[in-house]
Amino acid sequence: MWVMTSATQRSISDEIAQLHTTAQPGETRTRLDFAPYRSSVLRHPTKQPLTVDPDDVELAAPVFGQSDVDPIEADLTLHPQGEPIGERMVVTGRVLDAEGRPVRGQLVEIWQANAAGRYVHKRDQHPAPLDPHFHGAGRCLTDDEGRYRFTTVKPGPYPWRNHDNAWRPAHIHFSLFGREFTQRLVTQMYFPGDPLFPLDPIFQSITDETARQRLIATYDHDITTHEWATGYRWDIVLTGSHGTPMEEDTDG
Amino acid sequence: MGEHAPSAPTPGQTVGPFFHYALPYDDGPRLAPTGAPDTIRLHGTVYDGEGAPVPDALLEIRQADASGRVPATEGSLRRDGRFTGWGRAATDTAGRYAFRTVEPAPAGEGAAAYFAVTVFARGLLDRLFTRIYVPGRNLDGDSLLSGLPAERRGTLIAMRDSDGDLHHDIRLQGERETVFLTFPGHDR
Ligand SMILES: [Fe+3]
Repeated sequence: MWVMTSATQRSISDEIAQLHTTAQPGETRTRLDFAPYRSSVLRHPTKQPLTVDPDDVELAAPVFGQSDVDPIEADLTLHPQGEPIGERMVVTGRVLDAEGRPVRGQLVEIWQANAAGRYVHKRDQHPAPLDPHFHGAGRCLTDDEGRYRFTTVKPGPYPWRNHDNAWRPAHIHFSLFGREFTQRLVTQMYFPGDPLFPLDPIFQSITDETARQRLIATYDHDITTHEWATGYRWDIVLTGSHGTPMEEDTDG
Repeated sequence: MGEHAPSAPTPGQTVGPFFHYALPYDDGPRLAPTGAPDTIRLHGTVYDGEGAPVPDALLEIRQADASGRVPATEGSLRRDGRFTGWGRAATDTAGRYAFRTVEPAPAGEGAAAYFAVTVFARGLLDRLFTRIYVPGRNLDGDSLLSGLPAERRGTLIAMRDSDGDLHHDIRLQGERETVFLTFPGHDR
């Protein structure tokens, strides 16, 4: 068993700094082997992945449509008994492939803590209040421009047990599909200016500063609406696809 | 719009410990109805580097149907009898996953049949891709398998249970670590 010695934030930060000195130029992907995130120690492959040309099955993303998702699932603030507590916000952006083409009609799933930093999850032990009016999971389909849009409340930061006094920066978990099975992405969206960024081993498992910035949404006053909600914009770029794009996939 | 400026991909992050109320759903592992004829169970355990089961992993599969066709059918979230060729299953407290599905046929003459798989877990910082091959037909001619040393090939091939089901364990790390895949252009 991995024994969870309670490291200090200082020693975790030192480990992060040390690992960042080993970053290769152009290493913009998330590292799987990143020991400051203690749970990764026994859960990362140690062998090089095998590069393969995707086959028929891997070239075909799952298909989602109107029969899968109800449009109200994009509004996480809807609750029959009342409004959730917190800063109401809209988060919207485009899902694009690496060639800049919109990914249309694909499923976007999100989940998040409530405004107090608490998840509706049996294993969340954070002594912060549950909000009876906030579940914290949503879904939508991207439109013809690859756009998604959710209404929610801004999640709070929350403590976790990685090390002593460990806190996650506020984030929303995102799950995305592309046009190919190979483009699958699960990631986290963060908020600009979070003071917890340098301390967080999950965020810092991306050793490249520019690549880390791609996970941070932008506050956008044009999305903010009068007396209603603040607005954030976050575009998501999936890895390259391998098939020949169909005519309908080209941007009109 | 109109310009297609190439841009750098958004990096992945771990699915974390709290995905259970958002991603898994009742019909996720049931690609085909329980009890339907000609269906099988694809099942196994996800293990960490010390051989401990991983109780907070999530698997997704993509597959062809029994005629070798990969369906482009919507409805994976609300199946209503449709076979979509895509499913999702979380591991249980013992690290076990199970899908009820049809056995995929090879996509072409002489090809081997397999499930394409994505693996997520708490502690796993980005998703992993792998394949689960159906044992038996055409494995020797498969270019992926034949490029692997014999001792690693087995980590990609399911075992047939006596009742016809398919059993396949996934090892994230260690001596019998599963072969994970990357695709051209994925820069890792
Ligand atoms: Fe989280």
